[in-house]
Amino acid sequence: MSLSVKTRAERFVSTLRHCQILGLTVEHAAEETLVMRLPYSQSIVGNPLTGVVHGGSLTTLMDTACGTAVFAVLPGFELCPTLDLRMDYMKAATPDRDLLAEARVVRVASSVVFTQCDVYQDTDGSERDLVARCSATFMRIGQDMTPADFRARIEEGMTAPESEQ
Amino acid sequence: MSFEQRLRAAQQSGDFEPLIADIPYARLIGLQLQRFGKDVLFCLPKNEDNIGNPILPAIHGGVIGGFMELSASLQLMMNMDTAAIPKMIDFSLDYLRAGRHQDTFAECQVWRQGSRVANVAITAWQTERISPIATARAHFLLKP
Repeated sequence: MSLSVKTRAERFVSTLRHCQILGLTVEHAAEETLVMRLPYSQSIVGNPLTGVVHGGSLTTLMDTACGTAVFAVLPGFELCPTLDLRMDYMKAATPDRDLLAEARVVRVASSVVFTQCDVYQDTDGSERDLVARCSATFMRIGQDMTPADFRARIEEGMTAPESEQ
Repeated sequence: MSFEQRLRAAQQSGDFEPLIADIPYARLIGLQLQRFGKDVLFCLPKNEDNIGNPILPAIHGGVIGGFMELSASLQLMMNMDTAAIPKMIDFSLDYLRAGRHQDTFAECQVWRQGSRVANVAITAWQTERISPIATARAHFLLKP
């Protein structure tokens, strides 16, 4: 079975319940690069005075974007737990605007995968605003460790029962 | 009451529950806290909507991070004299064990609180404090 990188990425994200709650979507996925969108919503606001989203929602966006990029690019259906995340918050996100995470797989080693990610917002002009940047490292546990029912969800495109509409 | 007034009231009374109820992201993940004198224990009760991997099932790593970030900033607000929300500069998070679908706890250690920048270490655990599921370190800007 040969699924496109984007299909693999979309099916992977569809299994993650909290990502459905946040409304994360895969905008683009090809080989080593993946773009994921976090829609602006009142429910993720961290500062009620300004309407700026909480850094925690960006953490989920970056962890998911990097993790999905890894899952989509590895052969087989290998689930890789996050080893660590290192994030810089360059500026407060502008309220009422979606956030986009561009994740890149930097190196796939035998036991570890290294990734990087930029979070930005589109502006009215052609420039984009860099909001946050992250380095994330993932542990490879091997294809054999991926549970069969999870593999089926990706292969057959079944969504998690909890997230069915 | 504005959020700023609520923050000041919380700093004076020591009761941060009404403030947490005012932060949408805190409500989304379900953060709670308990105070024991000056010590604070942050709690993230078991919540279906916080699950990432459905097979294990495990809490989404991003939610664990968000819980720890929010705990650290609340801890600072409790220590501060001014009614300001600390801004996170950077955050380094190490995952040590899978966060199972059960209650999670966190405590914060403010290693340094200068006039502009604070350094906070956060530890999160589930079954026992000596087996953390994650440890983290955050820098916050207190005053621009």
